[in-house]
Amino acid sequence: MPALLAAMSPAPDRHRTARFEACFLPHLDAAWNLARWLARSDADAEDALQESMLRALRYFDSFNGENPRVWLLAIVRNTTWTLIAKKPGQGVHESLDEDLHLLVDGGPTPEAVALVASDIAVLQSALNALPAPLREIVVLRELEGFSYKEIAAITSLKIGTVMSRLARARERLAAELVRSPLEVSP
Amino acid sequence: MNCHDALLVQAYLDDELDAAQSLEVARHMEACERCGMYYRRLEATRGAMSHPQLRHRAPAHLRVSILSTAPRTGAMARRKLPTWGLALAASFLALAAIGSFGLLRGMGPRQDAVVAEAISGHMRSMQLNHLIDVVSTDQHTVKPWFDGKLDFSPDVTDLAAEGFPLAGGRMDVLQGRSVAALVYRHRLHVINLYQRPAPGSTEPAATAADGYNAVSWTEGGMAFIAVSNVDPDALDAFVAAFRGRNSLRNESKR
Repeated sequence: MPALLAAMSPAPDRHRTARFEACFLPHLDAAWNLARWLARSDADAEDALQESMLRALRYFDSFNGENPRVWLLAIVRNTTWTLIAKKPGQGVHESLDEDLHLLVDGGPTPEAVALVASDIAVLQSALNALPAPLREIVVLRELEGFSYKEIAAITSLKIGTVMSRLARARERLAAELVRSPLEVSP
Repeated sequence: MNCHDALLVQAYLDDELDAAQSLEVARHMEACERCGMYYRRLEATRGAMSHPQLRHRAPAHLRVSILSTAPRTGAMARRKLPTWGLALAASFLALAAIGSFGLLRGMGPRQDAVVAEAISGHMRSMQLNHLIDVVSTDQHTVKPWFDGKLDFSPDVTDLAAEGFPLAGGRMDVLQGRSVAALVYRHRLHVINLYQRPAPGSTEPAATAADGYNAVSWTEGGMAFIAVSNVDPDALDAFVAAFRGRNSLRNESKR
């Protein structure tokens, strides 16, 4: 995104820009990770992140020292959602039954899941196979290590919804993980 | 098991329960095979998701293009730097921002500066993929590694039993002086523990800046700063565990 920040403000406030970078550059990987997993392509993730950083800079004055990672990722999440909602086949509009019917007794064994734990291709395709509303919760919890409360803040969901989506996401993930190798075999 | 229990088991896995609830769930799982199995499946799924290659890293050109547009001062920032240098510059700026905006509370200005630098060093270590020089969970491997690299011998103690396994060590610099940085893990988080010789004795003092927590204290001829993005309670527990083990060891040496 060349000249992005300069384009934002023709007479850039050096101090403000430096402060902005100091706050948010350390969280660029986290921002990218979320955008990339939600958008599922480099080009879309780049668009989303570019737009997110512009928005973040625009709203920077309303940032008052709360957790910068949560603040930035809330913007990235909303921006990326808006972007992928325009594209078909993202699982964005898949209706999620928020009532929880967990298959506590069904599902693969822990041993079967552990068997594919080192196969990065299987892991990636399993996570990509989740609908976006579940995928984002897994990314925020398992890959970024956010707490339930932080995930609720980033996604504007209730904590109860975060918990039930996470449980459902993990259940589907476990099922996808053990299914993947069978599907690719002829 | 009903769904309410399932969410409790999950919250137990995610460390979201208080001590009393945790105990209750742990006891329940000892007796209930179904919940035990459910927990182990959750654990296996989380284990699979901890594969380091799953996390996408921001492409270097993104980082560079954001940084290149921002005005700079200072020789280090003016030079054309590779990505690591830019990240270093960012940390430097972070340090400046932390210092100048008074986010550090409850400390004298000199202590401010060194803690801010430690936090900046922590951020840098996370960013540059230069977290660990010597990878080992064995304190008897990590401690000798520092021999000849430092003019002091750091206190190295594994705290796996307390929930903070040692992951390794690294050389770092604080205020122009080489220091030892021990790297501990706590779930998905990393704790950097900086050590350098210092006289006197001070009780642990906590600081929060920019989403990171730091605790610094001095004892036994050594100044310590622990930095992490774990919550303050977990960092306090880490400090208590380290000090507990360390004082035991130092007593037995006498």
